[in-house]
Amino acid sequence: MEKNSLLWRRAAVIQAVRRFFHEHGYLEVETPLRLPSLIPEAYIEPEEASGWYLQTSPEICMKRLLAAGHPRLFQICKCFRRHERGARHLPEFTMLEWYRVEADYTDLMIECESLFAFLAEELQQPEVEVGEGRVGLAAPWERLTVAEAFCRFSPITLVESLDLGTFDETFSKHVEPKLGWQHPCLLHDYPAAMGALARLRPGNPEVAERFELYVGGLELANGFSELTDADEQRDRLLAAQANIRAQGRDPGPMPERFLLALHNLPSSAGIALGLDRLIMLFTGASCIDQVVTFTPDIL
Amino acid sequence: MYNASDLRKGLKIMMDGDPYIISEFEFNKPGKGQAHYRCKMRNLITGNSAERTYRSGDKFEPAPLEERNMQFLYSQGNEYHFMDTKDFEQFVVDAEHIGDSANFLVDNMEVDVLFFKGQPMDVTLPIFVNLTVTQADPWAKGDTSGTDTKPVTVQTGYILQVPPFVSEGDKIQIDTRTGAYVTRVK
Repeated sequence: MEKNSLLWRRAAVIQAVRRFFHEHGYLEVETPLRLPSLIPEAYIEPEEASGWYLQTSPEICMKRLLAAGHPRLFQICKCFRRHERGARHLPEFTMLEWYRVEADYTDLMIECESLFAFLAEELQQPEVEVGEGRVGLAAPWERLTVAEAFCRFSPITLVESLDLGTFDETFSKHVEPKLGWQHPCLLHDYPAAMGALARLRPGNPEVAERFELYVGGLELANGFSELTDADEQRDRLLAAQANIRAQGRDPGPMPERFLLALHNLPSSAGIALGLDRLIMLFTGASCIDQVVTFTPDIL
Repeated sequence: MYNASDLRKGLKIMMDGDPYIISEFEFNKPGKGQAHYRCKMRNLITGNSAERTYRSGDKFEPAPLEERNMQFLYSQGNEYHFMDTKDFEQFVVDAEHIGDSANFLVDNMEVDVLFFKGQPMDVTLPIFVNLTVTQADPWAKGDTSGTDTKPVTVQTGYILQVPPFVSEGDKIQIDTRTGAYVTRVK
């Protein structure tokens, strides 16, 4: 097969990502995919596996390692989320997650810029093609708060969408497609309720220190300053469990060992980036199916 | 009842008292937010299109349709003629109700015709059909576009992407759900 085929280019992106993190002092880890309990999330449905669960993200084990004293960690692994299937979603997909102590979400935003600058250099692609558009990857990127993005692109404000309960729909329809066409866009400062594992802004409890990275309307990464208060985290997970029960689903057991580890979690920040989508970006693929070896439909 | 996660192209549901078939379907889910399902659908009675967005948790009534196995006889203008394989009763279905299925219909093909209150509404094709390639460009050797496919036309006039080794006169198998090439057949 030609060396410019998508699978070769996929491998090249992954190798470049690994080089970046190795060069920046990150320890690469592998944590179990099958776990007895997960972080309950209102809108993520896990796959059961012989009474345990396949991970929806490696967050639990990564934070336990962070709490155990590893200051910089990254992992490339499979995650599983039931029913998520579309042009940008697969129920089994590859995630890149990294965590750093003594950092907050603004440090991670800068690190995203560094990672992309490194990839642009290694892959010799200073810009990427998305549909009809081309997006230059050079820093500094656009930084936009969620409230500002609603003002700019949506017919209703952020507060109105929250009052109406239509945040997700309004965001997907009006805001998301417009983000990150000049430069990649770092959308930050989410409403507090939308950062279940994020620290609230000191002095402003309305805002969660969470951001998302968008390029050409494609959501790539979700990062935040980690919440390190175990009691507050437990309250938020209980609320998520109640939400899941109200939807008629079983929230599963509370991840007690994760909550216990939070007592030792230093001030830190972490981010999850959809690696298949990153590869879509660097290969110009319009559908996630194009960048993986097999999709569930053809197995 | 169907759940939102059952939604897919081709699903037939009741909406406001009429049967609809989903013609286009897009799954979207922002960040950690709620999944929603943007559906374009066709009213099986009027042929009118509608667009709706559903959320996870929404429920749907399946459309109560009767299915009859029929043989496709021939088409004339906008009329498609079918015969029931059991009682040999003949029916005419108009092009509006055939939709994209026309791309894969060839004479004598057996299909399932859907009836709603006694009226033919829609045609369900076999998942795989074999069609003859009527027009194919020779493969330009050394083409490094990276896509590894080329377009060909089949006997119904439908155009699709196939691997470069497919040539004119070949019979190929097509997946009617996606319209995509499956394999070359003897």
